[in-house]
Amino acid sequence: MAIASHDPTAPSATAAAKLAEFARLKRARQRRERLIELVLLAAASVSVFTTVGIVFILLRESIAFFSNVPIWDFLTDTQWTPLFDDAHFGIMVLMAGTLSSSFVALCVAIPLGTIIAIYLSEFAGYKAREVLKPLLELLSGVPTIIYGFFALLVVTPALQKIFPELPGFNILSAGLVMGVMIIPYVASLSEDAMRAVPMSLREGAYAMGSTRFQTAVKVVVPSALSGIAAAYILGISRAVGETMILAVAAGMQPNLTLNPMESASTITSFIVQVALGDLPHGSVGYQTIFAAGLSLMLLTLVFNLAGYYLRNKYREAY
Amino acid sequence: MAPDKTLKLRALIRKARRFDILFALLGLMSLSIAILTLAALFVDMAVTGIPRLTPEFFTNFPSRRAAEAGILSSWVGSILVMMVTALCAVPLGIAGAIYLEEYARKNWLTAVIEINITNLAGVPSIIYGLLALGLFVYTFGLGQSILTAGLTLALLILPIVITATREALRSIPQHVREAAYACGASQWQVVNDHLLKYSTPGILTGVIIGMSRAIGETAPIITIGALTFIAFLPPAPGQLNIETGQTAGLFDWLWSPFTVMPIQIFNWTSRPDPRFHENAAAAAFVLVLMTLSMNAIAIWLRYRLRKNIKW
Repeated sequence: MAIASHDPTAPSATAAAKLAEFARLKRARQRRERLIELVLLAAASVSVFTTVGIVFILLRESIAFFSNVPIWDFLTDTQWTPLFDDAHFGIMVLMAGTLSSSFVALCVAIPLGTIIAIYLSEFAGYKAREVLKPLLELLSGVPTIIYGFFALLVVTPALQKIFPELPGFNILSAGLVMGVMIIPYVASLSEDAMRAVPMSLREGAYAMGSTRFQTAVKVVVPSALSGIAAAYILGISRAVGETMILAVAAGMQPNLTLNPMESASTITSFIVQVALGDLPHGSVGYQTIFAAGLSLMLLTLVFNLAGYYLRNKYREAY
Repeated sequence: MAPDKTLKLRALIRKARRFDILFALLGLMSLSIAILTLAALFVDMAVTGIPRLTPEFFTNFPSRRAAEAGILSSWVGSILVMMVTALCAVPLGIAGAIYLEEYARKNWLTAVIEINITNLAGVPSIIYGLLALGLFVYTFGLGQSILTAGLTLALLILPIVITATREALRSIPQHVREAAYACGASQWQVVNDHLLKYSTPGILTGVIIGMSRAIGETAPIITIGALTFIAFLPPAPGQLNIETGQTAGLFDWLWSPFTVMPIQIFNWTSRPDPRFHENAAAAAFVLVLMTLSMNAIAIWLRYRLRKNIKW
């Protein structure tokens, strides 16, 4: 507080000098405020630089990659052997692993997440919700490497009792565990969307004689559809970008299959596999992981755009 | 006909009520699947891991022999990386959030920054690893060091810190600001003397959630090429290096190779020998305990916050 420290009752100060002193202090204060704002703006722009950095790095290395590997081969080749002498770069192989594991995960996360969201928002009492929701959120706080460990050493042996022919590394167990991990994301966002539906709509339904279930399914869910769609999209992009569960439990063998009972490599686990080895900077192998990363970014971008479109199409204005 | 109609109506209502009960049961069942998985995971780690949790486990370096292996280098590495992450992400995140919430005008620049933060929160963590590999490791030449890992994780949790801080600031009523301005406070004085004080618990919640995410993050750190077998500690300031005869400077540890807990767990999990899996379970138990207690603290803070502050 610079002004407070100034003593305006000093005996030597004439009125004009006092005014000049105040004006000087005010200018100094304005300069300081301006400087602080610029510093804060710089901090806020870090996020923009991060995005620019990501796009720049991915594009720079991918362009170098595509000058070595024709883009047509990248999209149509059915083999993925970038580190062999007979190198093939068919992203389809990794894409298949990513899609089938995400599919298994979503088969768990979307039904369970939606049911939990409806239950918490329409059925559970205030006290139960206050306890259950944080408990559920703890699920998303567990590090993914630990889910991977759990999938490989607990879930896979359990599944092998049901399906004896299941290999030790498989998409199924990784996908199931990934699904449980995604439940909180789907449930929490869907529940927020349902809670945002105005009470008057529910009261209208109850007044017409609907039960809780009828109100939830016929009134609340359709009104909250845009938010629920956004929750699903978030779940999908989590599944597509998930790395460690797959790297640990799904094996790292590139395999062009959509069958979850087999082992397969995904885009993310391929990046881990390459990073674990010792690839020289600037080699084609090094560039491959950036091309794979770019494909992953584009895939999540597609889902995010779809989510944006869905949100606008089904938006309910109250 | 009237009593018949009533009977039919009653049957209809009973049927609808049954659906209510069935769905409530279904909801409870789904919730218990989720929560039981968490419990099973925790119990499995505890049962497999606790026998290995001796004091030596925390003071030994990783080893080829499972029974002698420990997590000394990885927990020290984790704490050092977290320090760098917190020192970068907390000030940057809070400052960015203050700008967006209190200073920003409604213009295209603000819109770009806001859309950016939303998008960054959805970017898979391994992409941050690629960014770090291309930018920090090779373009800036920071190498595969604690500094690189700390900066990478800082970028990763920045959206979490920013969002939490913004929410905390937004929940402060306008009259607090107006009262401060009326007393002649400048904008920074309002922010620093009033808003930051009121939003501290909210910001703290976001920071703890962010840090608990960062401490368990594996993929970006593997991507920057962190070694998995580290049998030495980063040089402490002033420590004498026996080979070169030089003492380490105050910040030499920033450039040191390192390993962190999740990477150690990954390394042990991917070995075929089941005795290493016990080590992995023990380390995983320690890590889960750390992240779950951090989350619990955050949830408790949020709960107290909602209970205590009534504007």
